[in-house]
Amino acid sequence: MEIIEQVKTESASKNVSMNMEKVKISVQNLSAYFGKTQVLKDITLDIPEKKVIAIIGPSGCGKSTFLRSINRMHEVARGTITGKIIIDGEDVMKIDPVFLRRKIGMVFQKPNPFPTMSVFNNVVAGLKLNGFRNRKALKEIVEKTLKQAALWDEVKDMLNKSGANLSGGQQQRLCIARTIAINPEVILMDEPASALDPISTAKIEELIFELKKDYTIIIVTHNMQQAARVSDYTAFFYMGEIIEYADTKKMFTAPSKKQTEDYITGRFG
Amino acid sequence: MEHRKEMEIKLKLKNITFYRRKSTNVIMLTLSLLSALITLVPLIFIFYYTISKGIANLNLNFFTKLPTPVGETGGGMVNAIVGTLILIAIGGGIGIPVGVLTGTYLSEFGHNKFGATVRFFTDVLSGVPSIVVGVVAYTLVVVPMKHFSALAGGVALAILMIPTITRTTEEMIKLVPQSFREAGLALGIPKWKTTLLIVLKTAWKGIATGILLGLSRAAGETAPLLFTALDNRFWSTNIFQPMASLTVNIYQYASAPYKDWNDQAWTAALVLIILISLLSLIFRIITRSKYKTTN
Repeated sequence: MEIIEQVKTESASKNVSMNMEKVKISVQNLSAYFGKTQVLKDITLDIPEKKVIAIIGPSGCGKSTFLRSINRMHEVARGTITGKIIIDGEDVMKIDPVFLRRKIGMVFQKPNPFPTMSVFNNVVAGLKLNGFRNRKALKEIVEKTLKQAALWDEVKDMLNKSGANLSGGQQQRLCIARTIAINPEVILMDEPASALDPISTAKIEELIFELKKDYTIIIVTHNMQQAARVSDYTAFFYMGEIIEYADTKKMFTAPSKKQTEDYITGRFG
Repeated sequence: MEHRKEMEIKLKLKNITFYRRKSTNVIMLTLSLLSALITLVPLIFIFYYTISKGIANLNLNFFTKLPTPVGETGGGMVNAIVGTLILIAIGGGIGIPVGVLTGTYLSEFGHNKFGATVRFFTDVLSGVPSIVVGVVAYTLVVVPMKHFSALAGGVALAILMIPTITRTTEEMIKLVPQSFREAGLALGIPKWKTTLLIVLKTAWKGIATGILLGLSRAAGETAPLLFTALDNRFWSTNIFQPMASLTVNIYQYASAPYKDWNDQAWTAALVLIILISLLSLIFRIITRSKYKTTN
């Protein structure tokens, strides 16, 4: 209890100054609810452009809800929010969710390629179902994005097979390719490697490293090592509040809050 | 000594429960096997009788000739076969879109009072006797048009298949994992397109089974056709005129006092069964997807 009180009084210092970096998304006093249950409490943080931001914290701390608030998937699950999320100077609640989600792609925890579609159609599902039908251009996009997702060599001979025939790791990279194909600016990843084996996980992590050249990536992870490996900044969530948000190196070597240190070193959570 | 006695009792008890368990298992297994056999018996009899009695008249004439007047042998039921197909087509043409869309609405958008009401009345509708549905179609279509018609029969059949199709569609769509909907929405695909092109497509095989059940049931209905489509001894494909159907023909031919009519009724029954089996087969082939739909 004491610790929480202490954290609350220091809430003003939560914001790390991201000097010299362009802010892509600015979250201001965000609270999220499911009915009357409050899941996120007054979250404020800035997300810099073309960096990887890791969100860590124990189960049920609101990590996923935070992610899903950004692309307004939270409201799909009948949740509500207060506060503001600003992307490129625009309030997300004022953007049509359909357009917002083309700008902010999302990769889910469990790979979910569309079972009724081929690998090819899975990659361009977002384009095709939105009326983009130029076959030649689609072909180029499929090759380009599958290469970007480091999957091309493995699937180039089976583009017409079902996406459900791939291994779990391949399916997840397919889902990443599908997300990149609509050319978003931000990619949200909700524990993208938690259902995968170590080799596939390593591939996804390499991929994230490549992707951050072009995209702003926010990744929720349970895996502390993963956060340390892939991210530039890390935010630690606990019980719906943001406890600490800092440069990843600093966070993992010299956390400023005792709670963060306890969590990182595995003493709770 | 005390200890030994206790052990003996325990062992005995163990044996008793063991044998009781074994015998219960054998009894239950026998009972369920017996029930399965009893279920099969009527089906076997149906097949046996329709085939053995109907096969004699099953020739090309039956499929190409019109019914002959009483006393004149030969003749077929081409008008009734085509009539049944037309009636199913009208019923399906109305019932399938209404049923599938209602089911889609109920599962994707119907989590409110209105949805619950619709669901309730759909269930009620599925329990309404088919003859009552026939009366309703009579009042709705036959009375205003002032004469019996295939259209009225089709409407009656549509009302009969809607509950089956609606409920199957709803249940099948509910089985589609939420993750596919979210994946679609997260790709910036509008909700209606996600529902139609991803969710419905994934559930399509199950929905097709529901449609088939609805169509088969409609194809086998007699009562609602008696005062809607009526009957027609002549060749007619005009849906605004009375139309013959296999089921009504079976009813009339089977209850007629002429031996050759009775025989033809058996043949008509056989043809109806073959027709429904063919329908089922065609549907399976059409809906066979390239890919597995299960995850």
